[in-house]
Amino acid sequence: MKFTLSWLKEHLDTEASAAEIAARLTAIGLEVESITDPGAGLKDFIVGEVVTAEKHPNADKLRLCKVSDGKDSLQIVCGAPNARAGIKVVLARPGTVIPASGDVLKLGTIRGVESRGMMCSARELLLGEDHNGIIELKAGARVGAPVVAALVEAGLLADDPLFDVAITPNRGDAASVFGIARDLAASGLGTLKTDKVQPVAGTFPSPKTITLDFTPENKDACPVFAGRLIRGVKNGPAPQWVQDRLKSVGMKSISALVDATNLIAQDRGRPLHVFDADRLSGNLQARMARDGEPVAALDEKTYVLDAETIVIADDSHARGIAGIMGGMDSGSFADTKNVFLESAWFDPARIARAGRKLSIVSDARYRFERGVDPQFVLPGLELCTRLILEWCGGEASDVVIAGALPPAHKPIAFDPALVQSFGGIVVPREKIIGTLQELGFVVEDHGVLQVVPPSWRHDVDGPADLVEEVVRIYGLADVPSVPLERGNAVAAPVLSKAQRRTRTARRAIAARGFNECVTFSFIAREQAKLFGGGDDARQLSNPIASDLDALRPSILPSLLAAGARNAARGFANLQLFEIGAAFDSGMPEAQKTVAAALRTGHAERHWKKGGEGTELFAVKADLLATLEAITGAPMSAPVTQGGPAWYHPGRSGTIAMGPKVIAQFGELHPKVLAAFGLKVPAAGFEIFLDAIPEPKSKGKAKPLFAPSAFQAIERDFAFVVDAKLAAGEIVKAVKLADRALIDSVSVFDVYEGKGVPDGKKSVAVAVRIQPRDATLTEAEIEALAQKIVAGVVKLGATLRS
Amino acid sequence: MTDIAALQSEILAQISAAADEAALEAVRVGTLGKKGSVSALLATMGKLTPDERKVQGPLFNGLRDAVTEAIAARKAELAEAALDARLAGETLDATLPARPENSGTIHPISQVLDEVVAIFAELGFGVAEGPDVEFDDYNFTKLNIPPDHPARQMQDTFYVAPQVDGTSHVLRTHTSPVQVRAMLNTKPPIRIISPGRTYRVDSDATHSPMFHQVEALVVDKGIHLGHLKWTVEQFCKAFFEIDQIELRARPSFFPFTEPSLEWDMRCDRSVPGKITFGTGHDWLELGGSGMVHRKVLENCGIDSSQYSGFAFGFGLDRMAMLKYGMPDIRGFFESDLRWLKHYGFQPLDIPTLEGGLSR
Repeated sequence: MKFTLSWLKEHLDTEASAAEIAARLTAIGLEVESITDPGAGLKDFIVGEVVTAEKHPNADKLRLCKVSDGKDSLQIVCGAPNARAGIKVVLARPGTVIPASGDVLKLGTIRGVESRGMMCSARELLLGEDHNGIIELKAGARVGAPVVAALVEAGLLADDPLFDVAITPNRGDAASVFGIARDLAASGLGTLKTDKVQPVAGTFPSPKTITLDFTPENKDACPVFAGRLIRGVKNGPAPQWVQDRLKSVGMKSISALVDATNLIAQDRGRPLHVFDADRLSGNLQARMARDGEPVAALDEKTYVLDAETIVIADDSHARGIAGIMGGMDSGSFADTKNVFLESAWFDPARIARAGRKLSIVSDARYRFERGVDPQFVLPGLELCTRLILEWCGGEASDVVIAGALPPAHKPIAFDPALVQSFGGIVVPREKIIGTLQELGFVVEDHGVLQVVPPSWRHDVDGPADLVEEVVRIYGLADVPSVPLERGNAVAAPVLSKAQRRTRTARRAIAARGFNECVTFSFIAREQAKLFGGGDDARQLSNPIASDLDALRPSILPSLLAAGARNAARGFANLQLFEIGAAFDSGMPEAQKTVAAALRTGHAERHWKKGGEGTELFAVKADLLATLEAITGAPMSAPVTQGGPAWYHPGRSGTIAMGPKVIAQFGELHPKVLAAFGLKVPAAGFEIFLDAIPEPKSKGKAKPLFAPSAFQAIERDFAFVVDAKLAAGEIVKAVKLADRALIDSVSVFDVYEGKGVPDGKKSVAVAVRIQPRDATLTEAEIEALAQKIVAGVVKLGATLRS
Repeated sequence: MTDIAALQSEILAQISAAADEAALEAVRVGTLGKKGSVSALLATMGKLTPDERKVQGPLFNGLRDAVTEAIAARKAELAEAALDARLAGETLDATLPARPENSGTIHPISQVLDEVVAIFAELGFGVAEGPDVEFDDYNFTKLNIPPDHPARQMQDTFYVAPQVDGTSHVLRTHTSPVQVRAMLNTKPPIRIISPGRTYRVDSDATHSPMFHQVEALVVDKGIHLGHLKWTVEQFCKAFFEIDQIELRARPSFFPFTEPSLEWDMRCDRSVPGKITFGTGHDWLELGGSGMVHRKVLENCGIDSSQYSGFAFGFGLDRMAMLKYGMPDIRGFFESDLRWLKHYGFQPLDIPTLEGGLSR
């Protein structure tokens, strides 16, 4: 919403400066987005008077002037031909920024003579092209005063700052210069000029009738519709001041008839529409559009409407999209002679919906969807009639009205004590009442106040709204801050166990050298399909791009895409991770929190060969370390061979606790890599954080430290087994031999080749035996070894000799 | 007498001339060995008279001790030299690089969230979470945003395709539905923050279709606007870690709060590319807030005649950008390794109030 200071002053008597007005507007909830003040860059310039002007001793074309700044006389060297004694000038002193150049004026020496300032031309101040001489101000200008007023007086500066105010969706009443003036007046920044709108008496009955044609359920779409015919008008340009005023706020001047409606819309927030009556067939009606009904609108586009859009139609077809945009073929033209002027009230919700659906942005929609004053339907019509008669001549008919003006708002019972108990500020009772009255509320004081909102404030419907009105006008800045009491002196912990686990996972993974990413929760459907997603239930209905149309079933595709992007930039060896949402369907409860990490590329080349790359066991180590950090203990759940389809079928693993898969890992399937255009290998893991059971609370005390007094023994065994047998099976079998005595089992060698039959492998394990109660005898150790071997032999193994 | 002295100096000379352990051992065998010269001399002791023995005994023993000592000393010397020689051969070029390890980083969003949580935990706020896919009812209707309310156009919503049960849901446009869930599931007093991902159909230099919010909600008896102001001020001061911060609240509009206010922070942007807080003539928008709308409380089963509450919400990405001088939101979600390393945080830089939120 744009307006100039002079326009505002049509409605507000105030001495306040533009800056004061801007500050107040923002303070009362009408946020000033910008204020363009033509005099703003000139505040350091003052009025000077040339006392003497003589020839420069060393230059023919320069003059040596003495210029008064009201206190002192400054010596200034000046090249302007019109520099002469007695004239009033625009004086810049050292330190002032010259607008045209942006330079700071410095003390200077010109041809050997010191110059202590500058007298400016219009061009130097960006006030025009004139650079033939310095500006001569009017003789009455006060020497030493800021120059802006004198420049305005000299006709060089339009002292008319332009305000641009953001109007919140609830404040249709402020979408007009008058409405803004009313709010400012209520806040004490001036006096509102109110003039009652005088109706124009019709001289003949309107030959056109209007009707409201709505079914009962749509009756509130347009409760009132008024209009009148004005005959014998002559359309042409609007008066110059109207054109200037519209241009001053960035609106185009079109013709007297259109400008009249635009002026009233901007000035009073009342949108109107002018029809060329001779181009209408028959009478006018407001009705819902027929489904699929086309309208050729003013913007030269044809819109296809649905049955929830209101139209203004004649007996032939829809002539305009009500409250949004008029029709192409029935507006006003240069040869228009008879006009029908429309003023109606439309339901804001329907206008908002239709405007959004049709993607039409218009001044009418802007106002109607924010809610215009229904009681101003008729005064608006009268005001516009006056302007048209004045500018275009003609003769007005009687006013015709269909429907009825809505009743006044219901009173709100308001306890003024709420201003303190809810608004947090003490405001005297009479001030509360006065503020509301200034804003147009009708207040009756029966102890508890009965407050009736004015017709233009449809947004106020409860006591909290009234508190807001009082607080915003009285001053939000004056509300004192009051501490929230907190029960405990020492703050209690607030994170849930799951939240702590997520945090730990994040820093544990990062500590292993992974860089955390945050990527979009939606990915391309084709990519989602590779990870078990991409079904209809996980599609977005209105994606922002076709490759961001599916809720991701896994975080890995996001990381793979990130990996491919980085590889394209020359960074192929990566460790990336993300903790975030993955989706099992499009239902709110179908979301899981996943920690996923990805290694891509190769181990960095190093002068000492070797090192971990992106192979299976690198990510297995990452995974187990992360799980240990999360759960607080080494992972006891076993790893089983294999994982979902996006991993290498032979190089992946799964960890489950009971029926719940808590993690899976592996090298990525080559087809998946190809789909992402990744030319280097990649391996990753996924941890399903919600699936990890919360640890049972066993109190804070740790179990007693009870080390065994007896020395542990280590024994190595080598087995020849089927090459396909998982090493984990051997370890499991060894442990089963004696759960109490066997402390740990580790695989330290796996060998296939010479000395081992084809299709077999040799697996060597180190078994650490920890006696608990007494040192083991040789015989006991031997017995245990036999038991171990026997267990593994059941898997088809033979002890390697 | 002279013979012994001569013998001793001869042997000592041999010892010090021994170039390695083998030579030294040969000297030892030749002197102290069974057939060695010193051993032979000592063997003559038994043949001496007691008087002779009194004189010769100490001399012989002295010779033996001197030789033994000298051999031990030379042995140590040789061992030392051998170790020195070995170590000299083991020299590694310490200027060669160690095996490279990638430095992991924490994303600014995570770091800033941890900072925010630390502050609010101190103020007694818990952390509530909810799903990204949300019921339309929780995202809009319960928050006093009925269908076709003009406010819905402030938030361009992502819709998820219809589900098998015929329902259809939205990607939450703010984290306020988490507050709805909190109010539906807990009795006041309520004191929570709700951080998380949010989505709007919007994408340009300053908007991303996905971004992050953190909202705070307090519902209790006697809560008023003054409590809201205090909480926002305390939070901002702690978060930005500067004392001279200056905030401004101005009236605004949100369907779910009444009164509604927005928060700006004073800043100086006169130097291009640089923002200084607490000074200057510009105001920077931080976020929205207000007293929870009576209808929202009632929609969530809270008696508005007994309880009141306030809520406020800030953009986490924006907070990170402001605090850490990051110019563009788009970099947040591109996963450019250079960006992640440049703006990321050390894994062990865990924000705490006692240690300071940032380095």
